[in-house]
Amino acid sequence: MSETKYTKDHEWVRVEGDIATIGITDYAQAQLGDVVFVDLPGIGRAFAAGEAIGEIESTKSVGELLAPAAGEVVEVNDEVAGDPTLVNSGAEGAGWLVKVRFSDEPELLDEAAYRELTA
Amino acid sequence: MTATGASPAEATAPETPLLAVHEAAGAQLIDFAGWRMPVRYGSDLAEHEAVRERAGLFDLSHMAELRVSGPDAAAFLDAALAGRLSAIEPWQAKYSLLLTEQGGIVDDLIVYRLGEREFLVVANASNRHAALAALAERLDGFDATVVDETEQTALVAVQGPAALAIVGSIGLESEPLEELRYYRSLPAVFEGEDVLVARTGYTGEDGFELYIAAHAAEDLWRAIVLAGEAHGLALCGLAARDTLRLEAGMPLYGHELSRDVQPVQVGLGRVVALKTKGDFVGRAAVEAGPGEGAPVLIGLTAEGRRAPRAGYPVLDGDRVVGSITSGALSPTLGHPIAMALVEPAAASSDSLTVDVRGSRLPAVVTPLPFYTREARA
Repeated sequence: MSETKYTKDHEWVRVEGDIATIGITDYAQAQLGDVVFVDLPGIGRAFAAGEAIGEIESTKSVGELLAPAAGEVVEVNDEVAGDPTLVNSGAEGAGWLVKVRFSDEPELLDEAAYRELTA
Repeated sequence: MTATGASPAEATAPETPLLAVHEAAGAQLIDFAGWRMPVRYGSDLAEHEAVRERAGLFDLSHMAELRVSGPDAAAFLDAALAGRLSAIEPWQAKYSLLLTEQGGIVDDLIVYRLGEREFLVVANASNRHAALAALAERLDGFDATVVDETEQTALVAVQGPAALAIVGSIGLESEPLEELRYYRSLPAVFEGEDVLVARTGYTGEDGFELYIAAHAAEDLWRAIVLAGEAHGLALCGLAARDTLRLEAGMPLYGHELSRDVQPVQVGLGRVVALKTKGDFVGRAAVEAGPGEGAPVLIGLTAEGRRAPRAGYPVLDGDRVVGSITSGALSPTLGHPIAMALVEPAAASSDSLTVDVRGSRLPAVVTPLPFYTREARA
């Protein structure tokens, strides 16, 4: 499995071949509280860097899933759409949100840099 | 004639006496009106459900306790607040409002009468200094004092169907709690410390609020946790408190209530004693009314799982007619609920929508509260 990288917007990105899996970090889910609704993009949707491609709603607030680089959605996690609590229980695993194909190189942080950001 | 208490300028950040207890329990803390308070200990949905089904324990030590004493205490509060506080008996509690001269709301309060000449006024943490300042300004001519006891006082709430069983088994020396009626209080002693035990709350469930000296808060908290084990008591944070009060249709200052809103606009006309007492601050403005077309508070429900949130526009057709003041996906009801301030005509419209970040969510005007424990039972 490839190394997990992070964005300053509290997302994690795992690139395998030309496909990147994206979710929100464990830190982000803890800040949100119980996730009650996840709105994910349609497959095939093209997006620009920084574009909001999904929403994660908790009882208290709304978080946006921000694209770290331009690309296209190739798969979404239907399981998490049906059971949003997966984002809380497995933010960096079973609670992944989308798989995308980037057309640009995203700017990502390694784990140490991300931990520093959230320390 | 005097008011004492730290002024905002010289005050250091206050701290709940239970901060170490919360940290040890793994609470997630947030800044709330300058206090670090638990927003949740684990799952805010589980905390919400515990209060509806069993019981929850809240630290509300950030709320402001202002003690009003003196021969004119009752007359002073009649002149300073919207309600007729002189009419309540010792140990009775009353929900009241502190109004501006213009009839707007400075804060909403619970007032406990502790004796012929003594009252405890409990204000919101965010309005502690505003409430203290407003009361101090109004003391002129009255033989009474207002003392800010917020930081010497801890407040914990036990709310939920098992609250009586739990609070009844922590070893309080008091009259029988089961005979204590809603909005009544009684003096009690816990391990040698005075406790004011009140049958009040902000959740829509039966429950108690206990006021005790700050230094004794930890022992009281631990005793409640221990007694609660057999009843499924959950430690609850401010997130659950907010969804519970919203379901119960209870207004929150800064959301439904503000200096720009008169009581009648938010369904609190009954709290203003226009007929039973003389002059008080805000009377003339309330008698004149907020003016034609002033927004009114309504309840809204919707389908699905996307919640209208504070600040989202409410539309009738393509016209903005108001905005959401509070909203959430109701944990108990399973659908979105919200309160909104809208043009009077919109209160009877059947074609309202909420602009949820660009998409239109159809919303149905619904009487408040959304939830009552009687309807559920």
